[in-house]
Amino acid sequence: MKIELKGITKRFPGVIANKDVDLIVNGGEVHALLGENGAGKSTLMNVLYGLYEPTEGEVLVNGEPVTFKSPGDAIDSAIGMVHQHFMLVPVFTVTENVMLGVEPTQNFGLLDKRKARARLVELSERFGLKVDPDAMVEDLPVGVEQRVEILKALYRKADCLILDEPTAVLTPAEIDDLFEVIETLKAAGVSIIFISHKLKEVMAVADRITVLRRGEVVGSTTPNETNEQQLAEMMVGRSVQLTVDVEQAQPGEKILEVTDLEVLDDRMHRTVKGVSFEVRSGEILAIAGVQGNGQTELIEGITGMRAVETGTVTLDGKDVTGSSSKRLFEMGMAHVPEDRQEDGLVTSFPIKDNLILNTYQNAPYSKGIVMNRDAIDAGADKLVKEYDVRTPSIEVNAAALSGGNQQKVIVAREFSHSNNLLIASQPTRGLDVGSIQYIHGQIVAKRNEGAAVIIVSSELDEILALGDRIAVMYDGKIIGVLDRSEATRERCGMLMAGLSGEGVVRQSATETSAVAEDERPPPPASSAEEETTS
Amino acid sequence: MKTETPPAEPQEIEPPRPRSRSIAVEALLIPLLALFSALVVGGIVMIFTDPEVARAWASVGRNPGNAISMSWDLVSSAYGALFEGAFGNPTALSETLLASTPLILAGLSVALAFRAGLFNIGAEGQIIGGMLTSSWVAFTLDLPLVIHLPIALIAGFLGGAFWGSIAGFLKARTGAHEVITTIMLNFIALNLLTFFLKTPIYQRPGRTDPLSKEVAESARLPSFGDYRVNWGIVLALLTAFVVWYLLFRTTIGFRFRAVGANPKAAAYAGMSVAGTYILAMALAGGLSGLAGTANLLGVVYSMSPGFLGYGFDAIALALLGRTHPLGVVLAALLFGALRAGALQMQGTAGVGTDIIVVIQALIIMFVAAPALVREIYRIRARSAIETDAITKSWAS
Repeated sequence: MKIELKGITKRFPGVIANKDVDLIVNGGEVHALLGENGAGKSTLMNVLYGLYEPTEGEVLVNGEPVTFKSPGDAIDSAIGMVHQHFMLVPVFTVTENVMLGVEPTQNFGLLDKRKARARLVELSERFGLKVDPDAMVEDLPVGVEQRVEILKALYRKADCLILDEPTAVLTPAEIDDLFEVIETLKAAGVSIIFISHKLKEVMAVADRITVLRRGEVVGSTTPNETNEQQLAEMMVGRSVQLTVDVEQAQPGEKILEVTDLEVLDDRMHRTVKGVSFEVRSGEILAIAGVQGNGQTELIEGITGMRAVETGTVTLDGKDVTGSSSKRLFEMGMAHVPEDRQEDGLVTSFPIKDNLILNTYQNAPYSKGIVMNRDAIDAGADKLVKEYDVRTPSIEVNAAALSGGNQQKVIVAREFSHSNNLLIASQPTRGLDVGSIQYIHGQIVAKRNEGAAVIIVSSELDEILALGDRIAVMYDGKIIGVLDRSEATRERCGMLMAGLSGEGVVRQSATETSAVAEDERPPPPASSAEEETTS
Repeated sequence: MKTETPPAEPQEIEPPRPRSRSIAVEALLIPLLALFSALVVGGIVMIFTDPEVARAWASVGRNPGNAISMSWDLVSSAYGALFEGAFGNPTALSETLLASTPLILAGLSVALAFRAGLFNIGAEGQIIGGMLTSSWVAFTLDLPLVIHLPIALIAGFLGGAFWGSIAGFLKARTGAHEVITTIMLNFIALNLLTFFLKTPIYQRPGRTDPLSKEVAESARLPSFGDYRVNWGIVLALLTAFVVWYLLFRTTIGFRFRAVGANPKAAAYAGMSVAGTYILAMALAGGLSGLAGTANLLGVVYSMSPGFLGYGFDAIALALLGRTHPLGVVLAALLFGALRAGALQMQGTAGVGTDIIVVIQALIIMFVAAPALVREIYRIRARSAIETDAITKSWAS
């Protein structure tokens, strides 16, 4: 199936999200749509999927102009979309989820589940999408949930699949599986639009690459004609350095020690199962792992945001297990939380108020209970300049900033004090290349000043770029710690999938059958950056 | 579903256009249009509930001019009288200010709690809490006015604060939702009041019905000359200023607003969310307590069983005033004017005072549904975050 977008312009009040975009996707082609967050990829796809009507321009399917008033129209034209956040009913089986909305019926309107199941099995065999049709969706790993989403689209006879950032929640191994599925689909003549901001993946999977920047197409190319460096420059619009220069670490004395820590999650399941490690001054410990393996709860336990079951946390030789985040801040801990919009910022507050969220009670920002507005303004002006927050004014609400600038506000707030311990969770999730570079630079600078640093990230690139030592978390435990010199993409990837260094036991294989429900990692926290349609 | 809200994505693409209208204009525009719409709909209700005019409309085919002119006469005379009764002369103005006094204080109570992320439905119970303490001070002690009155006011504040802090404490310690607890505390307060009014401490000697003793002369809010309006209005306006200062100029207010806007981020920044809830509910309760006290010491001088109703209007006022102290004052003055003018309207135009309740409800409805007002008057929405903040989080 051939899809053509011609001169698509989408305006929102005050904003042009897409400007005169042309895109041609041929049948059986994997077409990657590459661009930073905010480049207009999702808007464009929402136009194609009928969620938005374009302000100007037209959509052609197999040469025929079409108008999609709703996703239903798009589905009728054989277009399917797999959203970044899956739209599945957790307590339904795979079959029930797939047939939802297009249920086959027998006489008297009774559901014909058997028919749906048969078709599902047939599809899953034809396209190599292995899945148990009777499994409960809530028991499935994320990678399989994604397969269910793809099957859902195929069940609706999709000939063109839009995959929105499909690799964001997958392990390296699952990503390889996905790429195989994509190959099979391609061979069957399905066209695929693959949305991503990750250069490596795009180079690996795409037949054609179209790069969007600021809502406009900046170029279209093929993997053979280009390289990562060139694509990055197209994306960002200037030359970029893809790696951070990190000089050899000079570890000093022990700053943080965590011993046998166990933490429960919101559902009272043990998600951190006895974690021990230490971090020294002047080194970066990078905690790798697929989202939902206990990293979030581990950090919340250390930073005083969540009760600790057993184990101890020692900061500068003092036992701080269960201390309030306020005390830890006073002892020199800086914390960049995982979810910047939920935990890091009061988005309805102006930048200047967000910058004093943890220091508002201290001089010079207040005296007694009276706040000193001049000091707050002066401090904010200084930090905004120093940390390169791009904003017209410090009075602008944090909500109006781009993700990168929001993160810079948090970094400015947390890094501008003298810290001996710095904890940053997913510090660059969803950020553009320029901001990532900047924030990585700041983190390394803190390390060089002698701070002990913990980075939690599900991006292997980030882990490998920053970590002096790399600890991999799987199923609530640290299953391996690698030095920078011995850490490779493959070794980390194996550990992230639960395969220990010697490559034997898959830890979950024995456990899941018995306690599947309890042990399943919670669904990943939604990345706040993209995806606002619901 | 079609969602035409721009996603977070495009924000980087172009800097937002300079705002064409200032925030202040925007904040006033919607309530003013809501008031206008409510008056229009209220007028229609008047027309069709007046038997004579309704009859004229029934035979509109024969004499359309008659129906229209009768309707016009009715509505214009009613609203004319309403305005006259609210602002027409010094006495009317005095009545408007008098009616506004407890509304301002109770409205501030709900607005303050709301800024801290709490939906205080309990103003009514806190009013009773405040009256129980202030009345006891006011009729038991015998002191000169300059001492007696302030002590009675402080007692009223503390009584309300105590009642309010119960809900705050329950939320902080157990997570019990304040909407539920404050509603329940309203009824507990109501029954406590009925109980106390039958005890010798409160009941007026020689009475068998539940009526309290009368407050001492030295504890009453002095009136201005021959008018009924008293120093309560000054107290209310001063309190509004204090609340504004507290919210926007002090660390306490900063904490309230941070916790109210995003408790998770506030906790991450080291603020005590639980402590904030308790303090905010205590202060909100204190303001409600003052509302009841101002009414007690300025107007009625004694207590009888039953809700006063200010606490429920207060929710509407906080919403109408966009939880800003100045907005609450303006909204309370409007409601006070409607109350004060209603009697004149009934006397002159023969339109029942109930229509005021209808108009009040319509104002709230239009304010609570800004999208509706925008649709009617074709106002372009601006940042969704700002305009919907109140109505949306209201439900949380």
